[in-house]
Amino acid sequence: MSRIEEALQKRILVLDGAMGTMLQRFKFEEEDFRGERFKDFAHPLKGNNDLLSITQPEAVKSVHKEYFEAGADIVETNTFSGTTIGMADYHMEDLVYELNYQSAKIAKEVADEISAKEPEKPRFVAGSIGPTNRTASMSPDVNDPGYRAVTFDGLKTAYKQQVEALIDGGVDLLLVETIFDTLNAKAALFAIEEVKEERAVTTPVMVSGTITDASGRTLSGQTVEAFLISISHIPILSVGFNCALGADQLQPYLKRLAQNTEAAVSAHPNAGLPNAFGEYDQTPAQMQELIRSYMDEHLVNIIGGCCGTTPDHIKLIAELATEYKPRTFAEVSK
Amino acid sequence: MKIEETKYLKLSGLEPLVVTPESNFINVGERTNVTGSRKFLRLIKEEQYDEALDIARNQVEGGAQIIDINMDEGMLDGVYAMTKFLNLIAAEPDIARVPVMIDSSKWEIIEAGLKVVQGKGVVNSISLKEGEALFIDHAKKIKRYGAAVIVMAFDEVGQADTYERRIEICKRSYDILVDKVKFAPQDIIFDPNIFPVATGMEEHRKNALDFFRATQWIRENLPHAHVSGGVSNVSFSFRGNNTVREAMHAAFLYHAIQHGMTMGIVNPEMIEVYDQVDKELLTYVEDVLLDRKDDATERLLEYAESIKGDGKVIAKQAQEWRSGSIQERIIHALVKGLDEFIEVDVEEARQEVAKPIMVIEQHLMNGMNVVGDLFGSGKMFLPQVVKSARVMKKAVAYLLPFIEEEKRPPVPKGGVKPTSFWETADPLNYGLLKEFVKGLRYQEPTEAETILWEYLENKQLEGYNFRRQHIIGNYIADFVCLKENLIIEVDGLIHQLPENKISDEERIKWLNSQGYHVLRFTNEEVIGAIDTVLQRILRGLQAPLSGARGAGKVLMATVKGDVHDIGKNIVSVVLACNNFEIIDLGVMVPPEKIIETAQREQVDIIGLSGLITPSLDEMVYLAKELERLNISIPVMIGGATTSRAHTAVKIAPEYKDAIVHVNDASRAVTVASSLLQPDTKAGYTKNIREEYDKLREGYLNRSREKNFLSISDARKNKFPIDWDAYVPLKPNFIGVKQIKVSLSELVPYFDWTPFFQSWELHGKFPEILEDKIVGEQATSLYADAQSLLKQIITKKWFTAKGIVGIFPANQVNDDDILVKDENGEELATFLTLRQQSQKTKGAPNIALADFVIPEDKGVTDYVGCFCVTAGFGVDEKAKSYEEALDDYNSILVKALGDRFAEAFAEYLHERVRKEIWGYDAREELTNYDLIKEKYAGIRPAPGYPACPDHLEKPTIWKLLQVEEQIGVTLTESMAMWPAASVSGYYFANPSSRYFGLGKIKQDQVADYAKRRGVSLETAQKWLAPNIADS
Repeated sequence: MSRIEEALQKRILVLDGAMGTMLQRFKFEEEDFRGERFKDFAHPLKGNNDLLSITQPEAVKSVHKEYFEAGADIVETNTFSGTTIGMADYHMEDLVYELNYQSAKIAKEVADEISAKEPEKPRFVAGSIGPTNRTASMSPDVNDPGYRAVTFDGLKTAYKQQVEALIDGGVDLLLVETIFDTLNAKAALFAIEEVKEERAVTTPVMVSGTITDASGRTLSGQTVEAFLISISHIPILSVGFNCALGADQLQPYLKRLAQNTEAAVSAHPNAGLPNAFGEYDQTPAQMQELIRSYMDEHLVNIIGGCCGTTPDHIKLIAELATEYKPRTFAEVSK
Repeated sequence: MKIEETKYLKLSGLEPLVVTPESNFINVGERTNVTGSRKFLRLIKEEQYDEALDIARNQVEGGAQIIDINMDEGMLDGVYAMTKFLNLIAAEPDIARVPVMIDSSKWEIIEAGLKVVQGKGVVNSISLKEGEALFIDHAKKIKRYGAAVIVMAFDEVGQADTYERRIEICKRSYDILVDKVKFAPQDIIFDPNIFPVATGMEEHRKNALDFFRATQWIRENLPHAHVSGGVSNVSFSFRGNNTVREAMHAAFLYHAIQHGMTMGIVNPEMIEVYDQVDKELLTYVEDVLLDRKDDATERLLEYAESIKGDGKVIAKQAQEWRSGSIQERIIHALVKGLDEFIEVDVEEARQEVAKPIMVIEQHLMNGMNVVGDLFGSGKMFLPQVVKSARVMKKAVAYLLPFIEEEKRPPVPKGGVKPTSFWETADPLNYGLLKEFVKGLRYQEPTEAETILWEYLENKQLEGYNFRRQHIIGNYIADFVCLKENLIIEVDGLIHQLPENKISDEERIKWLNSQGYHVLRFTNEEVIGAIDTVLQRILRGLQAPLSGARGAGKVLMATVKGDVHDIGKNIVSVVLACNNFEIIDLGVMVPPEKIIETAQREQVDIIGLSGLITPSLDEMVYLAKELERLNISIPVMIGGATTSRAHTAVKIAPEYKDAIVHVNDASRAVTVASSLLQPDTKAGYTKNIREEYDKLREGYLNRSREKNFLSISDARKNKFPIDWDAYVPLKPNFIGVKQIKVSLSELVPYFDWTPFFQSWELHGKFPEILEDKIVGEQATSLYADAQSLLKQIITKKWFTAKGIVGIFPANQVNDDDILVKDENGEELATFLTLRQQSQKTKGAPNIALADFVIPEDKGVTDYVGCFCVTAGFGVDEKAKSYEEALDDYNSILVKALGDRFAEAFAEYLHERVRKEIWGYDAREELTNYDLIKEKYAGIRPAPGYPACPDHLEKPTIWKLLQVEEQIGVTLTESMAMWPAASVSGYYFANPSSRYFGLGKIKQDQVADYAKRRGVSLETAQKWLAPNIADS
């Protein structure tokens, strides 16, 4: 049993909050994103948050540190868009390995630093694997429903590269998250399984889908149960939902998920729904109350925040988590 | 504490499907399976996906909980079809809500399917058939992709067909999957093989029962595993009797479910509710399924006969024609092209008639007349006629030995030898003739007759027995070999009674109609070249009995230098069907041979065919020669490049006898008959002559009116390309390389429309299959082509070889393309021809060289060329069909050879664009909008409109070493051999486009001759079809 599994048996683990929200506070401009290394890069780089792990590593590290200090057990690497597919927008496909490696490395440095201080509460790094900006089971062209902008093999190759770099960089687990198309996730899981087999490692895997709206389905149309069945063919540490909805909107789906899975359950909802300006106004206290309802119903084993959440949110959630016993779940089958 | 494990089989589409012990039987929809549904196959083949999706939707709406999708058909690109269809299903929430069953015997198709389903489906199927290693490998991948799996009870030894084998294989498979692969046991579904029962075979008696028992054993001994199967197999021996089949399916399912079968592939339209099955029938069915009685099968069969369902009617109808009269049956067989019973029928007919030849003359000819009428009135189509011919040939082949036998001198009745040959004479005139003969015999025979008789008497000539001065009908033959029905005339003298004088022509016709061949020699030939004469007699004696029975003798030939003969063969077959005797000299026939044969065989018509433009000149030459030798035989002209205009303008003026252009095979019979029937011949010939004269005048007048630019002015108006704005992409590959490709890879590149055209079925593919008039025939032809295609591919009858070269090149001297190697060494020069006709304002006068950067721009451009062939093996195969009297398949095989060659050219062009040259690599990359655009660049072929100059081929041959590398050769007319070959250039410039050269003027011809380094005369000869009359 890995250390994280041991920890999961004992308590509800806390995942960090939003990275993007925190990085925005630095108000980085184009030249900050470029740093010295990319000052002559031919294309604009502002907005490429993943790049900051290389050009502004201290800023990224400071965010990780804040979350750990707020009480998070797990932080996610700054690699949400770190595939050749995601980096194509910035013409930085060649940088994918380094981005992931560096992101993992700096997160792990922070985690090790804090763990050393509090050995009774080991901290973990989850390699964040985003959905990419393409869908493998939907056509971007309404007039050509059979068309696909990306294939399974294309995704698998891209994910494999990311996974290898994350593992090389030292992550403790992998988090396939914000899954709006299950086929994309299946490609990621396929890639992970391949890497794990090739390297004979047992890195645990978290899977987190996204229910996009009140239809209760993923963007690619699956119900909660169908989604769960579709990703259950490989051993996973946890399954859950994140993003798109606030904690209260997410609760009924989380409940259906928890009822149907033997794995641990995770949730990292948004800080409510965005307002008219795209900002999240849910306060840490408000969110804490909504999460309390999860705890009362014993729905989760891992809890954190997604868009709009900050170390303040995580702090209150972490406090809450210590009050409850974890949800019962089955061990990961090997 | 652990949550209690629920090892249920869980599948998903957009919605979950969980199979619990409480679940009812899971039925799998089977209509989206190309092997089981002809309709679905057709829709997929024709890419009519909307309708194909409807089939899937109807199944889901009809209650299918999983849909089985199978694209295993030899002619489908299964990977493509599976991917495409599943992608389309994903966009239909009302279909995609259920899980899919990815059904294929090919792993690559299964894997393609697994890559496009977001839900958890079922793979159907894998097995130990090809060993444990592959089984494990596939199972591991399936697990990793996320699907349940159907495992067939099949191992290295074979398919399990007993209870013991079923459980042995299932157990072994299960253990491997669970222990070695760590496959979730609930995701394993066994298919322990449903086999037919009531087949009459002792070893099949327990097929159903063993399945039930194995099912039960699996459910009890292999925890969590499921059992499935294809139910309709069980009733296979009752095809056509749906009542019995439906009952069998209901009863089988009932018992299988009782024994633990959880899911199955079922056609909902082919199943009765168990309770509603007629009780008596149910008893018989269950007796069979459960092997309850020794005579269960016989009893069910007997009962089935009594309740024949609707399904049987069709089969019955199909055989109903067998109960017609012998003539009706033969007509039916010929019209429908069915050869199954033809020998039986012909034999029956032979018993009824006095002489076997009469079966041909009456029964078969009556049938062929019906075929001819139907064809003439557009109610039958060419492929059918060729099939009819196949039946006809088989019938004749069957009769031949009997006819040969019959031709032997009849055994004298009552042993009185002299009377035995009376039968050949007209009894009324016999006495008179006899007297006449007597008179003749006492006259001095001519010197030639004496010489010939010295060689023929006493069976000297290889044992053939000849008679002199023999009376046949109202005629007296000089010499006759009665056994072989051969008459020899010396100096055209068949002596006849003066009062019975009729024309030679009528006499010969009458003799022919009686089955005699007539050979005529001059006195000079006999005296001066007796050896040649004897050889010809011998050939005449040994010639197979073929035509000479009526309509006429037609010589068919593809002219010198040309190798294309599909059209010629079709015409030959059609004419043969219509009672013409065909002498087919094949391809590349020199004019001397055509003329010599025509004279020797005394043919009635010469048919000339050609596909490439130099063949036109050959035809003109032949017409001139016929005229020079003062021969008078009508000529029919046909083939792809020939035209009524060319025939009228160029050929007809050279020859005084009839010359007719036949634009398609269906007209050949009418034309040939009109040319030969005494009552129509003169009028028809005159009409054609007048028509052509008129056409020629009109043509010449028109062409005189056309305005041309001088070549120098035309060059000033070349195709405008802004070269400064164009940067040629350096090709990925420069040099020459061979291309290897398997035949199956070429199939997706087939363009079927020309295939149907070659059979005179006009219309675009695939719409043609639905065409109101020719659709049915086209569909049937297409099916035959597909089945042949399958054989060609699997048995590797053809070999595809190709070669491609890409070179640095520049436009020089306006109209030429200088080809270099990478070091700038000059390799060759392509000469292109420029349009010279006056264009509307702003339109350029194009030459292919315009698409390459001029040398003076200082930038290196590139040009490519290629030759591909699929022709090796075609002729051999065609010949073997011909020998088996199967012209239909012979022609089909050649037509498919051509399709392969064209497909190869298309395939190679795509590879050149995307990969070898790579100038349009984006075509495949991300932006799918580009895919919808037509590809950039062209591949014009020498001999076709943009570059009609065949002399460019030797340049390509030299540059690519075509002959040495891939063995394709050029004839003296620059036709490629094997015929199924394509060659051409590649131009990459996005502005490059196809065009027709049109007519050019003498100034360009002279300039060309200089550039080519040939005489003006040679240049004129090769460019003749394109030179404007001045």
